[in-house]
Amino acid sequence: MPRSTSPAVATLSPRRRGPVALGLGILASLVLATRSAAPPVPAVIELKAFMFAPTALTVTVGTAVAWKNLDAEPHTVASIDGAFRSGALDQGESFTFTFAKPGTYRYVCSIHPQMTGTVIVTAPP
Amino acid sequence: MTRHDPSVSRRDALKCLAFGSAGTLFTLSGGILTPFDLASAGTVPVTGTPFFVQISDTHIGFTKEANPDVGATLKLAIERVNALTQAPALVLHTGDITHLSRAAEFDTAAELMKGLNAGELHTVPGEHDVADATVSEYFQRFGAASGNRGYYSFDHRGVHFIALINVLNFQPGGLGALGPAQLEWLAADLKGRSASTPIVVFAHMPLWTIYQPWGWGTADAEEALAGLRRFGSVTILNGHIHQIIQKTEGNIRFHTARSTAYPQPGPGEAAQPGPLVVPADRLRATLGLTTARGTKHVSALELADATLN
Repeated sequence: MPRSTSPAVATLSPRRRGPVALGLGILASLVLATRSAAPPVPAVIELKAFMFAPTALTVTVGTAVAWKNLDAEPHTVASIDGAFRSGALDQGESFTFTFAKPGTYRYVCSIHPQMTGTVIVTAPP
Repeated sequence: MTRHDPSVSRRDALKCLAFGSAGTLFTLSGGILTPFDLASAGTVPVTGTPFFVQISDTHIGFTKEANPDVGATLKLAIERVNALTQAPALVLHTGDITHLSRAAEFDTAAELMKGLNAGELHTVPGEHDVADATVSEYFQRFGAASGNRGYYSFDHRGVHFIALINVLNFQPGGLGALGPAQLEWLAADLKGRSASTPIVVFAHMPLWTIYQPWGWGTADAEEALAGLRRFGSVTILNGHIHQIIQKTEGNIRFHTARSTAYPQPGPGEAAQPGPLVVPADRLRATLGLTTARGTKHVSALELADATLN
């Protein structure tokens, strides 16, 4: 399987919105992330050739992560613990989930469960 | 596959069932369901009435190159069923009714399948039927038979039919799964049942591991099979892989059906599983359905089904 190569890891942070946001802690960051006029730059995971790319992604709390299916085959994004679940994504379709709580989220494509991925959500620095 | 036997009378009728060389016919004889390839069916005397038909992987909603009109090929399969000399009492759909679990796809499939001239339609879902975010579209339509569990059983003409669901609760990197609750139900369903009762099990994903890297198998199938081994005749029908692969283990015969929508590569024969594009004029020869026929002439039947291609 192609996934025997080591997973690509990327780290993204939501765009800062100034000194006020820095001091407000997790809850306030979340509110800002979801309500701000300038939302954080979403992290994007591509579904391509039956792989999630990057396979593992680290983001800070409040980040919206978008999965975009580039394959001709439909895929889904379903977390193992039930935190999020997309519908079937046809080619070109996306699903976005905003992570409100720190943690390690493992997920699969429920149509092709050999496709696995992880999002690690960290508290803001 | 050209064998000539001018004495056979049913060749023409059987030809009607086949998509090119595709299609498998089951006969129920002495409790044993015997499949053989329709391309050679002309050499095998077959009598009896149609018992049941299996269709699979209709993938309504699929529009890509491998088959831009899956509705048309499902209609063709339905015409083949309706061309049987007698209407089958049962049609079993072994899943992937739809491609994307969308309401409109289920509605289209239901509308097409209304055209089936058959007694009852029984279904199990494929993973493409439970891919909606709420996993509800399939169960809204077909959940009543199983109390929304997805697994159920019924009896017909002395045969015990068991429908299993193995497309929920996937584990990462894993195969399909039945899960503890369903396995417990199955054990109870089989308990006390006479070993001479013919059993037909149908589920979407194969109940034996055909190709692990593509998830073509069911992780906890062995627990189900353990309870089935004491029966004298067990036939396990699956879809999912869009090609005929079969094997026999003791009294258990495993058989996967062709799709009515598009073929897939053989195990490991491509980088990934998925729709296989073949020349348009060869598409129908890769599609098919499976027919079971009751017969009283056991000894004349022989196994001549295609396996890996």
